Amino acid sequence: MTINWQAFGLTIELAAVVSIILFVIGLPLAYWIAFSRRRWKFLVEAIVALPIVLPPTVLGFYVLVALGSRSPLGRWWQSFTGHTLAFTFTGLVIGSVLYSLPFTVQPFAASFSAVDRRLLAASATLGASPLRSFIRVVVPLSIPGLITGVALSFAHTMGEFGVVLMVGGNIPGVTRTLSIDIYDQVEAANYAGANATSLLLLVFCFAALALVYGLNYRRASSETSGQKFWTMSPMR
Amino acid sequence: MPTPRADPRSGILSVSIRKGLSSSEHAFELNVEFTAPSGFTILFGPSGAGKTTLLDCVAGLSVPNAGKIAAPERVFFDAQAGVNTAVAKRQVGYVLQDLALFPHLSAGQNVEYGLAHLPRAERRRRADAMLREMRIEHLRTHTPGQISGGERQRVALARALVTDPCVLLLDEPLAALDARTKAKIIDDLRLWNRVHGIPILYVTHSREEVIALGERVLVMEEGHIIAQGTPHEVLSAPRQETVAQLAGFENIFDAVVESVHEDRGTMTCRLKRNQAKTLALLETPLIRAQPGSLLRIGIRAGDILLAIAKPEGISARNLIAGHVISVGLRDMIVSLQVDCGVEMEVHVTLAAKEALKLDRGSAVWLVIKTHSCHLMQS
Repeated sequence: MTINWQAFGLTIELAAVVSIILFVIGLPLAYWIAFSRRRWKFLVEAIVALPIVLPPTVLGFYVLVALGSRSPLGRWWQSFTGHTLAFTFTGLVIGSVLYSLPFTVQPFAASFSAVDRRLLAASATLGASPLRSFIRVVVPLSIPGLITGVALSFAHTMGEFGVVLMVGGNIPGVTRTLSIDIYDQVEAANYAGANATSLLLLVFCFAALALVYGLNYRRASSETSGQKFWTMSPMR
Repeated sequence: MPTPRADPRSGILSVSIRKGLSSSEHAFELNVEFTAPSGFTILFGPSGAGKTTLLDCVAGLSVPNAGKIAAPERVFFDAQAGVNTAVAKRQVGYVLQDLALFPHLSAGQNVEYGLAHLPRAERRRRADAMLREMRIEHLRTHTPGQISGGERQRVALARALVTDPCVLLLDEPLAALDARTKAKIIDDLRLWNRVHGIPILYVTHSREEVIALGERVLVMEEGHIIAQGTPHEVLSAPRQETVAQLAGFENIFDAVVESVHEDRGTMTCRLKRNQAKTLALLETPLIRAQPGSLLRIGIRAGDILLAIAKPEGISARNLIAGHVISVGLRDMIVSLQVDCGVEMEVHVTLAAKEALKLDRGSAVWLVIKTHSCHLMQS
C-alpha cells in the first residue's frame, strides 16, 4: 500500500487556494445575487449554477481553450510570464475556481437572502452604509452559510477529476492530484494503492464535512433568535 | 459628521407626498399632507391604512412618487427638485414594528451601532448614558434573545434615541406591552423629548394609546388623513364613521332630523329603519342641520344605562323601553343586545347584571343622555 503523499499535498494546496479565492469572489457575487433587483439576475444565477450540471470535460475543454496560447487571455499571460497557463498549477486553480463556483456562491447567497430585510433597514436608518451593514449584520448572521460554502468548495475541489485532467494533464508535483493518481494506479492495475488513496480521500472529505456540519449544528442550536437558516445542499 | 446643534431644538416635520402601491389585490395610493411640530403626533388608523408606508417614506426606505418631505433642518425628499437624501444620511430615529434588534449583538452593541462615526470611548460613554436613561444599564451584555419584550422595546428606543435624531418614527412600538410598562416607557420618552424637542410620529391602532398620549392625532384610512385634532376632538366628536368605529361606538344608526330646538340646544332625531314603531326618537345635541337632513348617531355601549322600571326624576332625556334579546360575556363586561325598535348593544358590569337579574327576555328601559349621542355626517 503506497500513498502518493506528493499528490496528497498538491491536492490540499489546490483545494486551499481555490477555497480562499472563491471566498473572496463569492462574497460580492453572492451579495449581488441576494440583493440585486435586476431583471436579468436569473441569467447570472443560471451561469453560476452551470458547473453543477455540465460534464467536467466540457468545462475543462473551454477552460483549456481559454487558457491556450491562441486566446487573448492565454497570449496576455504568456507575454507576461513567458509560458502558457495550460498544464500549470495556476491553470488548474483557474479551472477549479470555475468548477467549484456554485458550491460557494449558492450557500452564500442563500444565507444572505435569509437575513431579515428589516434588520438592514434598521441598520441604514442608524447611518450605516451598505458595506457596513454587510460587514456588521449580513456576514455575522450568515456564518453557517459561509462555513458551508467554504467547506463544500474545499471538498469539491479535493475530489475533482475531469477539469483537472483536461486543464492540468498529469504532471507529478505540478498537476497530478489525488483523483488523477487513483486513476493512474487503477490503469496500472495497482488496486491496493488505489484503494489506500481512495480511502484516504474518503475519510478526509468525510471528516472535513462532519466537522463543519457538527460546528454549524451547535452554533444554530445555541443561538436563541435570528439564524434558523441551514442548507444541506448547495441548491436553493 | 453631524454638526453640533443647540438643544433643545424645535422644528417642524412637514410631509406632503403621494405614493402608489399596487398589490395583487388592489391598487392603493398613499396621499397625505400634514405637519408635525415637536412632540408626539399620533398616526391612528386600521391596519392597511398606510401608516407604516408613510413612516418608511419619511425614513427613506420607500420612495414617494411625488411631493416633498422636509425635516426640521433639511429637506429629505423633493420630487420636483430631484432631492432624495439617502436613508443613512437622514438621521431619522426609526423603531420598526418588530423592533429589528440585531440578534447577534448585545444590548450595548445594539445601542452603540448608530454611533460608528464617534471614537470608541465616546461611543461607550453615550451608549451607557442612554442605557441608564432608559433604565436598562444592567442588560448591556445581554443579547435580544435573552431579555423580555418590554426590555427589548427599551433597547430599540435607546438605539434610536442615542443617535440624536432630528425626527423620531415609532411604529406601534409598545403594542405588545401591558398598560403599566407602556405608561412607564412613554413617560421616559416624554422626559427625553422635553430636552430634545423633536417631532415624534407615533403609529398605533390602539384607542387607549391615543388617549394615553393625549396629543395631536391624525386619523388615517386607505392612504388618506380623514380627521385630525386632539384625541378628545377626534375621538369624542367624530365626523366620520370610520373614526366612530375606531373610537369605539358599538351603536351607529342612520337618522333624520325631526325638529330643531335652538332655544334648548338640542334636536330631535328619528332613527331610520323603524318607521313602524313609536320609540324611535332621540334627543341629541344641536348641530347646524335642517329638519329632514340625514345624519348618523353613534352611541357607546358603555354610555347607556339600564333600568328595570321606568326611571323618574332623572336628567337624561332619552328613556326607551325594550327587551333583552341576548346576553354575552366579554372579559368582565356583560354585553347585552336590546331590542327597542332598533337593536342596541349595552355594556354593564357582572354585578349590575346580577342585581337587576337581567336575562334573555327581560323588559328594560334604556337611559341615554343627550350628550351621549354623537352626531356625524353619513
